[in-house]
Amino acid sequence: MIRFENVGLRYGTGPEVLRDISFSLPPGSFHFLTGASGAGKSSLLKLMYLAHRPTRGLITLFDRDMASVPRTELPAMRRRIGVVFQDFQLLDHLSALDNVALPLRMAGAPEAEVVEQCAELLRWVGLGNHLDARPPTLSGGQQQRVAIARSVINRPRLLLADEPTGNVDDSIGMRLLYLFEELHKLGATVVIATHNEALIRRFDHPRLHLEHGQLHALPPHSARVAVSTGPR
Amino acid sequence: MRLLRNRSDLPLARDPSARFLSWITAVMVYLATLAFAGQMMVSDMAERWDSGLAGGVTVQVVPLVGPGASPVAERVETALAILRGTPGVVSATTLPAAETARLIEPWLGADAAADPHLPVPTVIDVVVEPGTDVAALGRRLDAAVPGSSLDDHAAWLADLRAFAGAVELAALAIVALVGGAGVMAVVFAVRTGLAIHRHVVELLHLMGATDRYVARQFESHVLGLCLGGGLAGLGLAAATLAGIHRASAGLRASLLPDFALTAAQWGLLAVVPLIACALAVATARLTVMRTLETMP
Repeated sequence: MIRFENVGLRYGTGPEVLRDISFSLPPGSFHFLTGASGAGKSSLLKLMYLAHRPTRGLITLFDRDMASVPRTELPAMRRRIGVVFQDFQLLDHLSALDNVALPLRMAGAPEAEVVEQCAELLRWVGLGNHLDARPPTLSGGQQQRVAIARSVINRPRLLLADEPTGNVDDSIGMRLLYLFEELHKLGATVVIATHNEALIRRFDHPRLHLEHGQLHALPPHSARVAVSTGPR
Repeated sequence: MRLLRNRSDLPLARDPSARFLSWITAVMVYLATLAFAGQMMVSDMAERWDSGLAGGVTVQVVPLVGPGASPVAERVETALAILRGTPGVVSATTLPAAETARLIEPWLGADAAADPHLPVPTVIDVVVEPGTDVAALGRRLDAAVPGSSLDDHAAWLADLRAFAGAVELAALAIVALVGGAGVMAVVFAVRTGLAIHRHVVELLHLMGATDRYVARQFESHVLGLCLGGGLAGLGLAAATLAGIHRASAGLRASLLPDFALTAAQWGLLAVVPLIACALAVATARLTVMRTLETMP
């Protein structure tokens, strides 16, 4: 699904924020991406959702070498990736339903289908009474749920989330993670950047840990616990 | 129709450039329509004069004074005989005195033709076939009819054609300038829109919007503005032309050309705002596509 080989990223002439990143995520995997603030989690996610090109190294996505993919094919690839941005990135002039509908409309889905699917998903995330609400009238948690609904509405093959539970209470956060789990069970590859240790413990998935611009793959929490508490 | 849909992912309607582009388009279409109408009127006028004068020759026989001068009527008869006997001459008819008087009335007054001191010439209207040697005919008349002169209107027609050509060129230059200014206004408005809504455009781009998807939103916005402005400009131009026609109707017909347009010409003028819209939409598309090409 995703393979990074010796990838480096720098902004302008600044220092490298990511160095020699190499990893491979198989299709249908679920990983947490962790690391201190400023470690480069958002930058790594940006490389994955094709917002930036690496300054060096090779990225393979959906079995395509990204260096050789022509620009005209990138929109179709991006439509297979769902992204939950840290700051939501909702369009304030559009209703919650129209925000969620964006990926479907871009893909040219019939309007009746768009409205039906978006309304259903918004009801599922507890926003059935806010279909026509503009984002500025919603709370932070509600906005986040709209952003998550938008990221999953077209059933992406790759789902990337940057601190998706940062602004919601634990019960909502748990519910959203269950939504990601459902998509994962349907075959989506999921990468969630988070600081929330409780969630990492609750959902037992391997971890990609960033430290000083370099990546370390860690096993699921249960395996680490087993190692640390096992017989000596 | 797809371009005229109301829903837009970009809040372009709130931009200050929206009103500006409508007004600019109204002024552009107004000027272009007037220039185009002026070109059509002058072209019509030149064509009428050209077709009226081509193949026509005028012979004037002026009264002569002094001993031995033969009367005008006698010399006119001689001229008519020469003209009617010349191969290639289709007809030769003397202009009635009343008609001559009507022709000089706007310049010299109503009583001028009756003034015995004014040497009003007798005019012979001659129609010749194309290819007739008019110069040789003039030389024969000169030799046989004292006080006669032949005018084939060549100089007048050449001046008229040059004038009509110059007016048409000027009209085309105005239309080109107005079109160029319109294109620049659209480029400015679209670039401003792209700058104001850059974060939205980038977001749509990251979500998988194609360049055409984003460009269509700008095209739709620009089309709505230009259609409104263009129709307003056309309406104003139509009112101006109607006013000019009404004012010119009170003038003596022989001094100024007819400022009326045919239904077909009005139809052509109605296309001006549509052309302006097509130009604006194409400009918007190119501007957006070229800007988005710089994104990864």
